Amino acid sequence: MKNLFSKVALSMAVVAMTSGMAGAAAKGISDNVVKIGVLTDMSGVYSTLGGKGTQVGVEMAVKDFGGTVLGKPIQVIGADHQNKADIASAKAREWFDNEKVDMITGLLNSGCALAVQKLGGEKKRITMNTGAASTELTNKACTPYSIHYVYDTYALGKVTGQAVVQHGGKSWFFLTADYAFGQSLEENTTKFVKAGGGKVLGSVRHPLSTADFSSYLLQAQSSGAQIIGLANAGGDTTNAIKQAREFGIDKKGQTLVGLLIFDTDIKSLGLSVAQGMQFTSGFYWDRDKATRDFAQRYYKIHKAMPTMDQAGAYSATMNYLKAIKAAGTDDPDEVMAKLKSMDISDFFAVNGKIRADGRMIHDMYLMEVKKPAESKGEWDLLKIVKTVPAAEAFMPLSESTCSQVKK
Amino acid sequence: MELSFQTVMSQVMLGLNNGVFYAILSLGLAVIFGLLNIVNFAHGALYMLGAYVALLGFTSLGPLIGMPDFHLNYWAALIVAPLVVGAVGIVIEKTMLSRLYKFDHLYGLLLTFGLALIIQGVFTNFFNVSGDPYEAKPEILNGAVNLGFMMFPKYRLWVICISLVVCFATWFVIERTKLGSFLRAGTENPELVKAFGVNVPLMITLTYGYGVALAAFAGVLAAPIYSVSPVMGSEMIITVFAVVVIGGMGSIMGSIVTGLLLGMVEGFTKVVYAPASSTVIFLIMVVVLLVKPAGLFGRES
Repeated sequence: MKNLFSKVALSMAVVAMTSGMAGAAAKGISDNVVKIGVLTDMSGVYSTLGGKGTQVGVEMAVKDFGGTVLGKPIQVIGADHQNKADIASAKAREWFDNEKVDMITGLLNSGCALAVQKLGGEKKRITMNTGAASTELTNKACTPYSIHYVYDTYALGKVTGQAVVQHGGKSWFFLTADYAFGQSLEENTTKFVKAGGGKVLGSVRHPLSTADFSSYLLQAQSSGAQIIGLANAGGDTTNAIKQAREFGIDKKGQTLVGLLIFDTDIKSLGLSVAQGMQFTSGFYWDRDKATRDFAQRYYKIHKAMPTMDQAGAYSATMNYLKAIKAAGTDDPDEVMAKLKSMDISDFFAVNGKIRADGRMIHDMYLMEVKKPAESKGEWDLLKIVKTVPAAEAFMPLSESTCSQVKK
Repeated sequence: MELSFQTVMSQVMLGLNNGVFYAILSLGLAVIFGLLNIVNFAHGALYMLGAYVALLGFTSLGPLIGMPDFHLNYWAALIVAPLVVGAVGIVIEKTMLSRLYKFDHLYGLLLTFGLALIIQGVFTNFFNVSGDPYEAKPEILNGAVNLGFMMFPKYRLWVICISLVVCFATWFVIERTKLGSFLRAGTENPELVKAFGVNVPLMITLTYGYGVALAAFAGVLAAPIYSVSPVMGSEMIITVFAVVVIGGMGSIMGSIVTGLLLGMVEGFTKVVYAPASSTVIFLIMVVVLLVKPAGLFGRES
């Protein structure tokens, strides 16, 4: 018991000291090192689309930047949050308090992302979210230190929802993953389906990581909706699509629409199953020369092409380091001010800008899966159907409920 | 959703489909627990391994042995995968588990749990966690059959039939044949059975091999339906353990019947209130443990 007390007292002392130190370092680099933490799903359902590959992206950016900023070394550390919000926030707390981590990126899974972003707000540390999707991150839950970098459920729902409704997909039924992300995606898509004159006939909420979708698919089928919208991700999406095929749902005039799809999911389905599907993405490796150059370099290290999360982590890190250099300090307030004022423009982000609510807006893409005959290689999976300009793809600032937005 | 006869029957069929996977996996666990007193936490990982043997046999084995046109087809995989995984199981039993029989259950549980994490971790490192497609489903099992109340995929019907055959054959061998009586006697009193000239350690090794081969068999059956992914086993295993506990640890028939029933209960829950479908089995487990701690088919000691 005495031991426990001394531990508590010691950790309180450490907290007091570190927060004191952060306050003292007004200029230059605090603690003589810039430390970037990659906290994401390293082993679970989302680890192929993020995971170690996200850390690879961050490490590449640090190397390309030169390994030092303002004469001080840059370090990268990574950890697995196992898709559990409590583990995510405990790890982030340890990093902020004891490991001198200045910025956390990755943060797949909206539940984990919300927990860590909230902590970052309290501790005045920057979070650059590349993995999670919920729009809550830039609305109710926004902080002065949070950035949402790659995509969100608003952009996914808007771009895909509008495209499908325009092509005549007026009646919808949703299969929704039963947590923050799925609900947010369903809600946002519903809005655009209705705005386009469509209607939603019903939805069913399934637990995260469901192996068998057949009974939900039958419910979707008997609803008679033209479109079955999949407001889920990763293995849940691929299982649902595969099993819809098995039950012949696609042959009976109903179309499945995946609202969040990554390149790795297409690989998992195979082109013969996935061909013709349309979805929204923030990045595709084979878009132009700059993305291809990056992707080839990335491939050499990771043996897979980067997903939007992984490429986004590179871009976020690179711009974070540029902002430190430009500000002449790693002080979070000054770095955030720089990030929000500078243009974000690289192979990843076209017309990029970080807004007051932390939303990084950039061009988004409506993608279509190639037919097997069109594919010329293992990773030749998609084509870009339409580029949606940054200003149109994301939620207008005027609608944001973020406290950082001055109205 | 209104509960018409058609809806209920469809869900019962789909539930039965999931139920046979529960049954075949919990059967393996029950056999292993009954004869070895080991709570085999590696069961899910070995189920996953079975699916990967089928997948890699189809996609990668040919090029590996210098015959690019060679693909291990589905029917062959149904036999080869259980043999390969059974062999892995035998190695695990011989080198590790056999040293733990004299200790508490807990040690066997910890060892197999550790093995499961290692196997799953290695596969996560090399394969897509979203799953890889297994495209070796035989032509003859494509398409659907009209059951009157629904169109049911032929492949799933095949899975239900073959699983039931395997489950009841296993039950028959253990409960109704001379070989089975040796096995059961060997667990009751190994010293006495040894005295009759029966090689008890060999029998135990082969039993473990058979138990995990069943898991691999289920893995191959699952490959064309679900995505073959490193986490497919860990998603399944928790439910399967609940099934074993509800049925009664070590009861062969109990695990089969409970597996089938709970699959159907789960299917039914998906229509009534979908978000509860992942918890309903655990709810039943709690109730059963309160009312009948040895499980539905277990003997109170």
